[in-house]
Amino acid sequence: MQAHDEFDPGEIHHGTSRRDAVGGFGDDPGPEEAGPLVRPYVIAQGRDHADTVQLDMISVVIAAKRAEVDELALEPEQLRILELCRKPQSVAEVSAHLDIPVAVVKVLLSDLLNRGLALARAPYKAKSPVSRDVLQAVLDGIQRL
Amino acid sequence: MASKDSDPGSEAPVPSALKILVAGGFGAGKTTLVGAVSEIAPLSTEEVMTEASYGVDDLSGVESKTTTTVALDFGRITINEDLVLYLFGTPGQERFWFMWEELSEGALGAIVIADTRRLETCFAAVDFFERRGVPFVVAVNCFEGAHRYEPDEVRAALSLTPQTPVVLCDARQRESAKQVLLSLVSKVAERVTA
Repeated sequence: MQAHDEFDPGEIHHGTSRRDAVGGFGDDPGPEEAGPLVRPYVIAQGRDHADTVQLDMISVVIAAKRAEVDELALEPEQLRILELCRKPQSVAEVSAHLDIPVAVVKVLLSDLLNRGLALARAPYKAKSPVSRDVLQAVLDGIQRL
Repeated sequence: MASKDSDPGSEAPVPSALKILVAGGFGAGKTTLVGAVSEIAPLSTEEVMTEASYGVDDLSGVESKTTTTVALDFGRITINEDLVLYLFGTPGQERFWFMWEELSEGALGAIVIADTRRLETCFAAVDFFERRGVPFVVAVNCFEGAHRYEPDEVRAALSLTPQTPVVLCDARQRESAKQVLLSLVSKVAERVTA
């Protein structure tokens, strides 16, 4: 990923460090205070769920490493998503960190997926039962906490 | 394993996610328990949920759908490079049942936090998970100053089956919260073996 001059990556780190503020950043509107009630639906360009990739709250997303990012073709929020998703993040985490509603994150993300700029992995589902190996890994992981 | 959305190719592997729901009445300690085991301070997000509402003066039995925005608190435990576990605190009141439906989809299981000062606040969650066949454990959060009950007393009060684990816990303590999670995942593992 390259060229992110349009926004300040420090902003995200700042937000991350404040993430224990329940509800997210309410006491620190930050630089992009631009009418939170309207703005999300504007940045999703009025699209609804119809043309979005199926994404779950816990679909895990990562920015594609080698993709060339054409900044002008993307929304600033999408660049923030790509920045945040250098490490794998769930849709819910992206929503919480960037303070954008889940439904809007899904629209922005599915556009990034369609452009090949990000990759997503669907979560385990009840319909595909979790294997014993995975459950054992979960038990071990909890034990290690 | 579901990974139809994309082909990681030569990229770094994208971990897959599992979720566990943490249900309980207001103030029962959901977010406290999530925070005790989460590697990040609990995050909060808003999800728009579809709610089928049944009006009291609805003569024809027609359902109308409305949407409600609900805040969800959640935490994260990285199990390994291929697996992440998310814990979602879900509002316990009966009027949020529509939300449990969406959230319980694909959930590994659920933890129902019982507050013995107001045991009735977890009836609805217990009913829901029993009906849905979602594996769950009941974690009795032992608040200071509240009367201490034995697990069997709580089991009887909630009419739980003998197979449903009841664990006493202090939701603030990581070790205690870990034991709750372990009892749930062990229960899920038993079902897989059986």
